[in-house]
Amino acid sequence: MAVAPDTAGIRGVTGIKDATAIAGIGQTSFARQLTENERTLACRAILAALDDAGIAPAEVDALASYTMEETDEVEVAKALGLGDLTFFSKVGYGGGGSCATVAHLAAAIATGQATVGVAWRSRKRGSGPRPWRNTSVQLPTPAQWTRPFGLLRPSDEIAMLTRRHMHEYGTTRDHLFNVALACRNRANQNPDAIMYDRPLTREMYMTSRWISEPLCLFDNCLETDGALACVVVSAERARDCRRTPVYIHSAAQGLPAQHHGMVNYWNDDPLTGPAWTAARHLWKHADFTPDDVQVAQLYDAFTALIPLSLEGYGFCGRGEGGAFTEGGALESGGRLPINTGGGGLSEAYVHGFNLITEGVRQLRGTSTAQVPGAATCLVTAGEGVPTSALLLRS
Amino acid sequence: MLTPVVDEDGAPFWGYAAQGELRVQTCADCAEPRFPPRPCCPHCQSFASEWRAVSGRGRVWSFVVPHPPLLPDYAELAPYNVIVVELADAPRIRLVGNLVTGPDAPLNSFPPERIRIGARVQVVFSSAGLPQWILERP
Repeated sequence: MAVAPDTAGIRGVTGIKDATAIAGIGQTSFARQLTENERTLACRAILAALDDAGIAPAEVDALASYTMEETDEVEVAKALGLGDLTFFSKVGYGGGGSCATVAHLAAAIATGQATVGVAWRSRKRGSGPRPWRNTSVQLPTPAQWTRPFGLLRPSDEIAMLTRRHMHEYGTTRDHLFNVALACRNRANQNPDAIMYDRPLTREMYMTSRWISEPLCLFDNCLETDGALACVVVSAERARDCRRTPVYIHSAAQGLPAQHHGMVNYWNDDPLTGPAWTAARHLWKHADFTPDDVQVAQLYDAFTALIPLSLEGYGFCGRGEGGAFTEGGALESGGRLPINTGGGGLSEAYVHGFNLITEGVRQLRGTSTAQVPGAATCLVTAGEGVPTSALLLRS
Repeated sequence: MLTPVVDEDGAPFWGYAAQGELRVQTCADCAEPRFPPRPCCPHCQSFASEWRAVSGRGRVWSFVVPHPPLLPDYAELAPYNVIVVELADAPRIRLVGNLVTGPDAPLNSFPPERIRIGARVQVVFSSAGLPQWILERP
């Protein structure tokens, strides 16, 4: 079992290691369609997280969210009656920003810029517009190199890397199915998951419709409405909160040299993505190694991101990410149980924020698919885009 | 169909493509080719660049076959192929394109099941000025 960190407060702290903790988590329900708007959902999730921590809204002095978050911090702070804010931050690159929102708060609190931070994500993707249905959408200029040729969606862009990974390393559709199944099996244990009552079989997977060959329907995340939030405070403060603190042990962002988001085809080595960069920093500042990680929440917008992440974060060698999934390795009781709430593939796709809250539940011992005695958890943000990751410990 | 939303750095590429030429932005000081185009050489930080003609030969690095839901014009052609081509003259430069049966043939003209990674391809140009790819030895 982990020993409780003795880093007290902010004085004398030379880094963020265990200096801060997640003290509260909150969420709305997840569904294909929710009636309330994103701002209302954000407010509900943040209040739930503060209540979980036992901290009053007026004590909040820091906020962090994604650049794609459309609920503005000014509006959120005003609606909820938050205190004077002394730190606010937004992180770019969609799902690549999830863990960094928490990391920015941890850094702000560890360096004394704030005392109580809230990170959140509110998203109506299930009922909102889908960009590939509308030809009038304004294309960003980097798309001039891809979109005219019909490489339109993130699924197409990642499928290209998937095919190459299959070609170079013998990764198979069965490996991708192993990922989809592990997530679905955990969702089947989680009443809050959209796919709670929808088991997945190999036959369903193998006969499902293609989205972008070699990726089929079940290789793609859900379209979900919902919001989540978490509260970050100093480790010292967290010990006086309602819940068992979950310490932020190490954190990193990753934007590799010559990277080109989603279509990382133009550097020397397209199959070593941002995960590799984030991982180097993450492990450099950690007291433990991938062998010591007892449960992982790996960003799963697409099943193929899991083999890439397993390699990038050092759970196996390069090219071995597909084979790693064999023999139930990703299932409960396996070598590395992943996405124990169901993940983006089967719980909810809210740009990966549910992976953070599930990591917290595991280290509190309250997951619906609890890994017995879990004391360490890796949480990752979107691979394929500039990313981020957190090592959490109890 | 979507046409390229061209920026200042990319404009020469599309200008040459409209004339039926495949050219790659290359540093005028250290001769390092780069893609996508940009104002500064990441190798030597020079702002001087030129557009070097390449042979237009390459190999398929990877490919996908998109199916709906897609933008309406593309959904009509689906399933079609999208390939990434590694240029023979500059192997680290890979261009997204389509493998077709001939110049101006539609995106879905080449059967996806016949595409192989490593296949040798040759550039052709559509009447809209988009680079397309045909098998070097059909």
